[in-house]
Amino acid sequence: MDLFRAHVLVCGGTGCTSSGSAELIARFEEQIAKNGLDKEVKVIRTGCFGLCEAGPVVIVYPEGTFYSRIRVEDVDEIVSEHLLKGRTVQHLVYKEKAAEEEQHATLENIDFYRPQMRLALRNCGVIDPENIDEYIAFDGYKALAKVLTEWKPEDVIKEMIDSGLRGRGGGGFPTGKKWQFAAASKADQKYIICNADEGDPGAFMDRSILEGDPHSVIEAMAIGGYAIGATEGYVYVRAEYPIAVKRLQLAIDQAREYGLLGKNIFGSGFDFDMYIRLGAGAFVCGEETALMRSIEGGRGEPTPKPPFPAVRGLFDKPSNINNVETYANIPLIINKGADWFKSIGTPGNSGTKVFALGGKINNTGLVEVPMGTPLRDVIYKIGGGIPNGKAFKAVQTGGPSGGCIPAEHLDIAIDYDSLTSIGSMMGSGGMIVMDEDNCMVDIARFFLDFTVDESCGKCTPCRIGTKRMLEILERITEGKGEEGDIEKLEALANNIKSTALCGLGQTAPNPVLSTLKYFRSEYEAHIKEKRCPAHHCQKLLNYEITDKCRGCTACARVCPVNAITGSVKEMHHIDTTKCIKCGSCMEKCRFGAIVKN
Amino acid sequence: MSNHNEKYEKLAEVIKAHKEQKGALMPVLQEAQNIFGCVSEDVQKIIAEGLGVTLSEVYGVATFYSQFSLQPKGQYVAGVCLGTACYVKNSQKVLDKLCSELGIQPGQTTADGLFTVQATRCLGACGLAPVMMINDDVYGRLTEAEVPAIIAKYKAS
Ligand SMILES: Cc1cc2nc3c(=O)[nH]c(=O)nc-3n(C[C@H](O)[C@H](O)[C@H](O)COP(=O)(O)O)c2cc1C
Ligand code: SF4
Ligand code: SF4
Ligand code: FES
Repeated sequence: MDLFRAHVLVCGGTGCTSSGSAELIARFEEQIAKNGLDKEVKVIRTGCFGLCEAGPVVIVYPEGTFYSRIRVEDVDEIVSEHLLKGRTVQHLVYKEKAAEEEQHATLENIDFYRPQMRLALRNCGVIDPENIDEYIAFDGYKALAKVLTEWKPEDVIKEMIDSGLRGRGGGGFPTGKKWQFAAASKADQKYIICNADEGDPGAFMDRSILEGDPHSVIEAMAIGGYAIGATEGYVYVRAEYPIAVKRLQLAIDQAREYGLLGKNIFGSGFDFDMYIRLGAGAFVCGEETALMRSIEGGRGEPTPKPPFPAVRGLFDKPSNINNVETYANIPLIINKGADWFKSIGTPGNSGTKVFALGGKINNTGLVEVPMGTPLRDVIYKIGGGIPNGKAFKAVQTGGPSGGCIPAEHLDIAIDYDSLTSIGSMMGSGGMIVMDEDNCMVDIARFFLDFTVDESCGKCTPCRIGTKRMLEILERITEGKGEEGDIEKLEALANNIKSTALCGLGQTAPNPVLSTLKYFRSEYEAHIKEKRCPAHHCQKLLNYEITDKCRGCTACARVCPVNAITGSVKEMHHIDTTKCIKCGSCMEKCRFGAIVKN
Repeated sequence: MSNHNEKYEKLAEVIKAHKEQKGALMPVLQEAQNIFGCVSEDVQKIIAEGLGVTLSEVYGVATFYSQFSLQPKGQYVAGVCLGTACYVKNSQKVLDKLCSELGIQPGQTTADGLFTVQATRCLGACGLAPVMMINDDVYGRLTEAEVPAIIAKYKAS
């Protein structure tokens, strides 16, 4: 390998690619060549750095200088100043929102990264995911070699059980136990599957791992295959993840070329190969039995359990299915040992968890913290708090199956069990922050709308029940709520929870139940007073013109239904019976004279 | 016309390539959708015959997954993200504005065949929320006020 004096790492994750990182790479390469630096400086397209908010992100090594929101126009300056003359371009360096002056410039001293512990994300943003040699240079395929040449399958399973690793796909089932069941089934063919369907809208940790470190998943699936006796693997990826699919396919091809997939790996006599299957936009296919039906080429409808996949799964053969992040942890556990892994996190919740932090938060992006980290630290220390001076209202975890956590529980230590105990759940790791402007009844409606849309329709409680709940929530947000609606919602919710066939239906009422638990007064205000305390629900708003009005007539001219009257230079009025609450007038008024309440 | 035939030849190749594979129907439908832009009834019939399954099975799968479309889409497919991160940042307003500008509902195509509007789930760019995608172009940190100018750009081109 050539030796380079400096490396320019440009994030090529989906977030940064959307904000233009591909053009940056081209420009860097062009400018570096133009300045005759192409033998000294190397440009690498990495996976996601995590701090998507600041994208596109560029890191220059050996200093580790962290440049953020870089535009193509900035590239020339970085090349001529930093790379040619060794001077940091201060005005392009990432600055913390809270920071007073320019102080830090490197990954290690940014608040966003300091409390984090990047295990599953260890290589994301560090290596070139399209180059297997870089993965190998960072201990890649060492765990597979160790397992295949020194360990028996039972040893692998014991190590996994001892590590206490629990499934990161949402359920939190102990991975070692699951492998043990699959290993115990006798069959001529078994399968190992990776669930990369990542259905929670607003979550993207699995995508980032596949984009930034695809080989870690391949290595782990081969290890799992050896442990349970499977020689074939499938990765089921959401179709909406083109970059992830491309890099994973490239990684599989490279691994085959190196003999790390295929026949007789490491001369051990173990054969293993794997294939990608694409989803086609059905949330329920994230459920394991539905996913297997989908790989078989059918409609992705769940089937009752038992039989569990470990007994009869894909193509009716014993199968084991794990999530992407679960797999990403496995090579590390083999290399560093179960005891090391267990020392991180809390008892019963070993290791770390990756969260996709989004919504009303300063630092949106990917965050990985040890289990047991206080929620408050994630929101305020890492996330940098709520933008625009607004007040924190709730954080939603667990996606459509989860719940909203209010401020009073901010000090909870995050793990599987604690989140469940307060009516939410870990889920796959989506973490959406909401501020005072978000209406909790509307958020519940939003998630129910999602489940109604995504219900596969196979069983009645989910197909009809969630629809009835949605209708009630729609009425409430439109100001047509009635006495008794809350009780109806609760009765339906409990009924659906206990009778739906699969996890989608069983957990669908959670967003409603958790908001009812913590924000009941908001429901009551909507129903009894026809008022939305967050001023969000359009139909419940009243627009009014205050005495700040200068009579400029801008509002009257924009109103689509002529609800505004008043002469030039005189105060205007809104006829509330005509007003359709479109909000155009408020947007148009330059004097801030129009308010909604 | 030759273009038309080429597409059908390609489909025949795809079917041949996947015929022996376990669970071939999904990958074949996906490639057919790439070739034709949608999976119309005649395409479904060819697939059913080619793979030796019933038309109702093909139809059942094609209608189950939201990615498959039975009608052709517009020249520009505008998808506004209604994932959670975008929704809490008011992407609904962006979608409403887009619909009212084009005079259609989500899922519909304009009469001139130029635009299809879709409400999508997380596009994976939550850091840029709210997000809209028109074909491969991504528009982030959007407000509804920016929508008309963006549309005008595509109408002009
Ligand atoms: C409706 C529904 C959607 C799901 N979506 C996903 C998903 O997108 N990704 C995932 O890994 N697991 C998902 N799961 C969980 C899987 O069924 C399964 O438990 C998981 O993939 C097992 O892997 P793990 O033990 O490594 O977590 C979903 C479950 C349900 C009920
Ligand atoms: S609970 Fe919903 S998604 Fe699950 S099987 Fe029943 S209808 Fe389908
Ligand atoms: S909110 Fe809309 S309809 Fe109501 S007064 Fe203002 S512009 Fe007119
Ligand atoms: S929620 Fe819109 S891009 Fe993720």
